[in-house]
Amino acid sequence: MGRKLLTEHVNVEGIETFAVYRKHGGYRAVEKALKMTPEEVVEEVKKSGLRGRGGAGFPTGLKWSFLAKPEGVPRYLVCNADESEPGTFKDRYLMSKLPHLLIEGMIAGSYALGARTSYIYIRGELLYVLRILEKAIAEAYAAGFLGENIQGSGYSLDLHVHPGGGAYICGEETALLESLEGKRGNPRNKPPFPAVQGLYARPTVVNNVESIAAVVPILNMGGDEYAKIGVGKSTGTKLFSACGHLNKPGIYELELGVPVEEFIYSDEYCGGIWKGRELKAVVAGGSSVPILPKELILKTAAGENRLMTYESLSDGGFVTGTMLGSGGFIAMDETTCIVKNTWNFSRFYHHESCGQCSPCREGTGWLEKVLHRLEHGHGSMHDIDLVVSVAKQIEGNTICPLGEAAAWPVAAAVRHFRDEFEWHVTHPKEATQPGAVYRGNLVMA
Amino acid sequence: MEPTTAAAKPQFSPAAQAEIKRLLTHYPDDRKKSTLLPVLHIAQAEFGGWVSPEVQDLVAETLGLRSIEVYEVSTFYTMFNLKPVGKHVLEICRTGPCMLRGSDELTAQLERITGAKVGETSPDGHFTLKEVECLAACGFAPVVQVREKYYESLDTEENVDAMLSELKSLVHRPILPWEENGLPTSLQNK
Repeated sequence: MGRKLLTEHVNVEGIETFAVYRKHGGYRAVEKALKMTPEEVVEEVKKSGLRGRGGAGFPTGLKWSFLAKPEGVPRYLVCNADESEPGTFKDRYLMSKLPHLLIEGMIAGSYALGARTSYIYIRGELLYVLRILEKAIAEAYAAGFLGENIQGSGYSLDLHVHPGGGAYICGEETALLESLEGKRGNPRNKPPFPAVQGLYARPTVVNNVESIAAVVPILNMGGDEYAKIGVGKSTGTKLFSACGHLNKPGIYELELGVPVEEFIYSDEYCGGIWKGRELKAVVAGGSSVPILPKELILKTAAGENRLMTYESLSDGGFVTGTMLGSGGFIAMDETTCIVKNTWNFSRFYHHESCGQCSPCREGTGWLEKVLHRLEHGHGSMHDIDLVVSVAKQIEGNTICPLGEAAAWPVAAAVRHFRDEFEWHVTHPKEATQPGAVYRGNLVMA
Repeated sequence: MEPTTAAAKPQFSPAAQAEIKRLLTHYPDDRKKSTLLPVLHIAQAEFGGWVSPEVQDLVAETLGLRSIEVYEVSTFYTMFNLKPVGKHVLEICRTGPCMLRGSDELTAQLERITGAKVGETSPDGHFTLKEVECLAACGFAPVVQVREKYYESLDTEENVDAMLSELKSLVHRPILPWEENGLPTSLQNK
């Protein structure tokens, strides 16, 4: 059993209240930070090697150090709590169970960045979590950890929670900022980056919920100690949300480096595939990352054990590897139709495209339509190449990464399961029977 | 739900007005537009689960915006219902992880039970069915959201029944967080 830095006290009765959270060591990181200079706090986070937990994996300390600091101009820390990547449900869990952990991270982070007002942008569907956070924030104000002159340090901070309105695109940081300004969630052209012109055109850092929460254990134990956990450049612990055809779906905090096979099959974690079935494929880091067949998710192409780390999961690039992404781990058993699943994901991206860039607006619609045709037995062999070609033409040609997010799953599905797509073309009658699934690749494996 | 007519111009309840006043303090004075999404949520909760053009005009007027600034936002975000809905809107997640655990079957089941198809309201006016994308509850699939509540693991008959009977037993909508003194009398026992 690995160390738990974020969720150690998650099952303590009343941990969502200030008093109980404080009794279990809460707000020590803030007290520690306020005795350091802001630069020293940034330095600790840099030393920790913490990489953004929202999906991109960009080093958090480095992101903080890019923040422009013009004299007399307010700057902002904005927490991205717009968790909407299919397969990802860790932030909802963290915020509803441990609201004070996020608030503590927000105070320490805001102090490090010199922000005097900070926002938590939470997806609109999670209004009930917004209520939990608002209650916890009121407690933190009452205890002197928010507001004027926090704990007599001279540092003041206001923290607010802001709901979205239902739009996956607002997880993209510049779309999130537009939305926070009361507009449609259309991503902005970059540069300028948010670090220079973010919220209200002022310097802004946008960080994922889990990244901000991780600042708390980093300050408590020190960046160097945190960096000792994990493997290589994958330091610390990470929350993985496991779903799909598993015996024990749920949220697991792992020291980075647990073998994928252990994560899926060990009773300590997901407990294997449900109903005694075989694993067919895994989407390891949220719906946007390439799907891998069983053989390639358990072992790399070179035959090494695949680990739950940024590097190991991306070993082999997009040919035989995938990405750690957001930690949304979707397991599919042998009865899963990959064509149907790919069509479902494409429908999602088409639905969620903001419509600004033609390649994405039109391309995601094409993908959905052609995949629907293939799934329903009306496709041709040409259609299989067509979806790959459309995906390629979306990729890299859009303002924001939703284009890539829509393209990658399709390209990977055809790459690894082409025979299943072809079977839908050659055997339309069989393929459209309810519950029918192509099993050729499993026989071969 | 009461039909909104031009004659009866909608008004926010005093509790909602107080909540909007509180929200306005969260943003810089010259950035009141930031309050738009939170206020649209309040409006939808206050006026029968949807935002009519008249209600959106009220939002615009309240925040000092032009109506078009509200319309362009309300039509972008999927949570705002632009047409009248039933007493309870069942938002059924249809995305991959829920599909893997039976959301198609759940949708069919709810259509059968309520007598409404997706996008429609049941003849008794109780339920509107709406399909939505990922609700970030994939480990507890399939999932339905109703207002601020998640109903999870709806792959068993018991859980579906429990959800529907809980919703049917609500005579009026639940008390909203800013309504400290309970529901405004105009909304009671509808």
